[in-house]
Amino acid sequence: MSNVRNLINITDLSLAEIDHLIEIADDIVAHPEMYNEICAHKKLATLFFEPSTRTRLSFEAAMLELGGSVLGFSSANSSSAAKGESVSDTIRTVGCYADIIAMRHPKEGAPIVAAERTTVPIINGGDGGHFHPTQTLTDLLTIKRKKGRLNNLVIGLCGDLQFGRTVHSLIEAMLRYENIEFILISPDELKVPDYIKEEMNKAGVKWREVTRLEDAMSELDILYMTRVQRERFFNEADYIRLKDSYILNLDKLKTAKEDLAILHPLPRVNEISVEVDDDPRACYFFQALCGKHIRMALILFLLGIK
Amino acid sequence: MNIDGVNNGIVLDHIKAGESMRIYHLLGLDKLSCSVAVIQNVNSTKYGKKDIIKIDEDINLDFDMLGYIDPNITVNHVLDSKLVKKVHLELPKEIKNVIICKNPRCITSVEQEIVHKFKLVDKTKKVYRCVYCDHEAK
Repeated sequence: MSNVRNLINITDLSLAEIDHLIEIADDIVAHPEMYNEICAHKKLATLFFEPSTRTRLSFEAAMLELGGSVLGFSSANSSSAAKGESVSDTIRTVGCYADIIAMRHPKEGAPIVAAERTTVPIINGGDGGHFHPTQTLTDLLTIKRKKGRLNNLVIGLCGDLQFGRTVHSLIEAMLRYENIEFILISPDELKVPDYIKEEMNKAGVKWREVTRLEDAMSELDILYMTRVQRERFFNEADYIRLKDSYILNLDKLKTAKEDLAILHPLPRVNEISVEVDDDPRACYFFQALCGKHIRMALILFLLGIK
Repeated sequence: MNIDGVNNGIVLDHIKAGESMRIYHLLGLDKLSCSVAVIQNVNSTKYGKKDIIKIDEDINLDFDMLGYIDPNITVNHVLDSKLVKKVHLELPKEIKNVIICKNPRCITSVEQEIVHKFKLVDKTKKVYRCVYCDHEAK
């Protein structure tokens, strides 16, 4: 249709482009005055057919901080989707009003349909259990800022590794960096899908599965926590037996490295005890801040603003 | 058993035995007004048994669909009773509206007008995935 760039999956970006986005994000922090009017008269539409706190608000905050404006809706009920309008028609319409669109939709592939229907750049803010590339960019920026590198890392992924789209996207992204090792910490019921294991094998990275957080803690440079949801278990007894293994508290952190970085895509329920929040290794709220910076960089990149 | 040769048209050869009627319908050959012969269980030195379809008109065929169904099929174009072109099929890189995505979470499950597109991700294992949701075609 055109040369317009979209972000549907993290692999739509080359490593050089990810590096470039990280550089812009850092420059935004260093020189905010250079960016506060850069998107004047530009409009971002946030089309959230599914609820979100961080993703939608961080997109809107990002555009506002760049001097642009925002429009959109925060649930399908407050849009014409409630009347049965298709994604295609909604996008064709909104494409007439906005310069760039960030969207979240419960159906997988909806942003691809959107990108096929408009010449306005589309950013995937999450499509069902499929992709969530701006969360991955957020994770990469957080890791880079905290560790100073994106290679030579032992990354522990803990919790629901079967259905967690943020986990799958992060693995996919990190596979492209050198000397990465994954330790996959989950109950047997929630292990990463086979196709992800195939990808790790194909990339030649080291990985192993463990069922207890304590068995991996001392080795980790990054601990990426996700929520273990009760409804994912086949029976209540298994859930009760396993749930405590995946709750991070100060006691479990005793064997951790001093420079461990603890990440979580949020929202958190109880998988990280609040007592951990004050530990200098807890990065999840810093991560939320990084999410705004990287989305600012992404908006500029996709709009072609330098 | 005698079936007349094709004067001007197409012969689909090396069809896996038993697949010819499926191909006949998928290619919409039942809608043609010309003669079409479906020959099943023909002896083949290469495959043991095979099917053949003869079409007495040089129509435009959906090679992608045919290649997806069976890349071993050969398409022979006949002009004045002579073989003028032989096409060996291969697995297409992308197929449209040949298979339907079965993933209930896929956007194609709710929006009817979307073309069902699948891309080839593993040629050796013949694995196709939905362009929209990455669900594997079964």
